Amino acid sequence: MADVATLSKVRRGSERARALAGGRFGGQVRRNMSGYGFLAGAVVCFAFFAWYPMIREIIMSFQKTQLGVTSWAGLANYDHIFHDPTFWLAWRNTLEFTLLALVLGYAVPFFTAILLNELRHARGYLRMLVYLPVMLPPASALLLFAYFYDPTYGLFNRILHAVHLPTSQWVQAPGSGFVSMAMVSVVIAATWMNMGGATLIYLAALQNIPGELYEAAEIDGAGLWAKIRHVTIPQTRLILSMLLMLQIVATMQMFVEAFVLTNGGAGVGNNTLSVVNLIYQYAFAMSGASNYNAASALGVVLMLALAVFSGGYLWVTRERAA
Amino acid sequence: MAATNVVPRTLISSAALSRPRGRLIYGIVLTVVIVVFTLAFIGPIYFLFSDGLKSTQEAIQVPPTIVPAHPHPATFVHAWDEVGIAKLLFNTLYYAFGALAFQLIFDVAAAYALSKLRPALGNVIFAAMLATLMIPATVLVVPQYITVASLPILHLNLIGSPEAIWLPSVANAFNIFLLKRFFDSIPRELTDAAAIDGASRLRILWSIVLPISRPILGVVSIFAVVAVWKDFLWPLLVEQGYSPSRETLNVGIWQASQTVPQNVIIAASAIAAVPTLLFFLIFQRNIMSGLTAGGLKG
Repeated sequence: MADVATLSKVRRGSERARALAGGRFGGQVRRNMSGYGFLAGAVVCFAFFAWYPMIREIIMSFQKTQLGVTSWAGLANYDHIFHDPTFWLAWRNTLEFTLLALVLGYAVPFFTAILLNELRHARGYLRMLVYLPVMLPPASALLLFAYFYDPTYGLFNRILHAVHLPTSQWVQAPGSGFVSMAMVSVVIAATWMNMGGATLIYLAALQNIPGELYEAAEIDGAGLWAKIRHVTIPQTRLILSMLLMLQIVATMQMFVEAFVLTNGGAGVGNNTLSVVNLIYQYAFAMSGASNYNAASALGVVLMLALAVFSGGYLWVTRERAA
Repeated sequence: MAATNVVPRTLISSAALSRPRGRLIYGIVLTVVIVVFTLAFIGPIYFLFSDGLKSTQEAIQVPPTIVPAHPHPATFVHAWDEVGIAKLLFNTLYYAFGALAFQLIFDVAAAYALSKLRPALGNVIFAAMLATLMIPATVLVVPQYITVASLPILHLNLIGSPEAIWLPSVANAFNIFLLKRFFDSIPRELTDAAAIDGASRLRILWSIVLPISRPILGVVSIFAVVAVWKDFLWPLLVEQGYSPSRETLNVGIWQASQTVPQNVIIAASAIAAVPTLLFFLIFQRNIMSGLTAGGLKG
C-alpha cells in the first residue's frame, strides 16, 4: 500500500517536471508537435515505400494497362495467372523447396546446436565456422556452388569420378518428382548459406535450460534420447515453434538461390522455378511483355497464402500454449 | 581446469565425461565434429580461393588438386579488372553506409518520439509500422519498384540513384521496434531531470538517450549494413544496367558471371568475400550476440 503511494507521488513528480517544460496545455501541444517532427522522416519513408505499395499492389492486381492507358480489369489478371500452367508448377516447386528445406534447414541446425552445446572445447571456433557462410555475399556463395555443381567440370562430380562413384547432374538434373535432385541441390546450397543464424539462436535457447532438469531426468533413469525428447525439446519449444514459422515464411519467398543456380529458375523445364521467380518473370523478364498487373495479382496470392499460413499457425500454437 | 568447471550443466554431465569411457567418446566426437565442420564450412571457402589460383586446365582436372600446382595470381588481377570490383565495392559501401546513416537518423528519431515524446496517435503509427513486418518484402517488389520509378505527389524517379536504396531501408519496422524497446527501458526520471535542467528534446536524445543506447545502436547498425550488403533482388531492380556501374558487389558478380569465364568469376567471388569475412572476424562478438540478444530473446 505504502509502495503504491510513493509510486504515485513519484509519478506526479515527473508529471510536474513535464508540465514545467511549458505550461500544462501548451506543453501537451508542443510535445505533440515535436513528437511528430521526430517521427516525420520515418513516417514519410513508410508511407512511400511500405504502406502505399501495399495498397497499390492490391489495386494494380485488378487493373490492366494497354498502350499506356490504365483501366479496371476485374478478375482478369487472376484468371490469367490461374490459367498459366507455370503458376501451378511454381507453387509445386515452392512447396517442394519449403518441405526439403524443413527436413534439412530446420532439423540440421537444431541438432548441430545440441551437439555444439555439449562440447567443452573449440566452442568459439565451431560457432564461427557455422556462421561464416552467412556473412558471404549470397551471389558469391551461390556462384561457388554453381561451380561445384557443374556436371562436367564441377568439383563434386570430379571427386565422385575420382572415387568411382556415379556422378550426378545436380541442379541441372531433369525431372520434377517430389524430391528432385535439382531441388535437393538448391536446398543443400541454401542450407549451407543460411543455417548459421538458426544454429546460433538455438544455442542461445539451449543455454537457458536449467541444468537441474537434466539431473532430475537422469535420476529418473532417462537415457540420452529421452533427455532430448523430454527436456531439451519441450524447454526450447517456444523458439522452435517461432523459428519454424519464420523459416516457412522465408523459404516460401525463395528467389536468389534458384535465380543464380539455375538461371532464373529455368533449370530443366522450370523444375526449380519458385513463385517469387515467377513474379519476377511476369514483371521484368518476359521479353517485351512485362505485365506488372499479373505480377501484382500473383503477389497478392502469395501474400494471402502467407497470411493464412502464419495466422493459422499462430492460432494453432496459441491454443496449445494455453 | 578452472575453465571446464564453469561450463553450465548440459545434456551430458561433467561427471559422465570425466570417466575414462566418457573421456574417450568425448575425444572422438570432438575430433570428428572439428574435422567435419572444418571440411563442410571452410572447405568450400578454401576452394573459392584456391581454384581462382589454378589454371583453367588444372581447375577441371580429375582427380581435383587440393593445392594449386602452378598458381596463377594473374587470374585475381584479371578478375579485379574485368569484373570492375573496385567500383562495385565502392558502390556497395556507399549504399550500405548511406542506408546506415539514414536509418540512424530517422529510425532513432522515430523510436525516440514513440518511446519518450508519445505524441497523440503515436501508438496507431507504431502499430501501422509493425504491420509491415507481417508482409514479406519480396511480395511487394513490383509496386515498390513502380513507386520508386515515379514517386507519387513528388513525381521523382529514383531508379539508378542511391536514394532508391537508402530511403526504402528507413522503412524498417524491426529496427524501430528494437530501438523503441530499448528506449522504453531508460527510466523516465533520467530524461525528466534533464528537462528540468532546461535541456531541449534534441539535447536529451543526444546527451542522455544515445550514450546509454550504444549496445542497441551497434546491433541496429550491423543489421543495417549487412542487409544492404546481402540484398540481391532490390538492387538488381533499381541499380542495374548503368555505365559506369551502379550495381552492388552482390549483383555485379552475378551480372559478370553471364559473360566472364568461370575461373575468373570464382576469383572475383573470392575477392568479394574478403571484406565481409574481415568485417565478420572483427565484429564477430557483436554480430553473434546481436543476433541472439537483439533478435528473439527479451
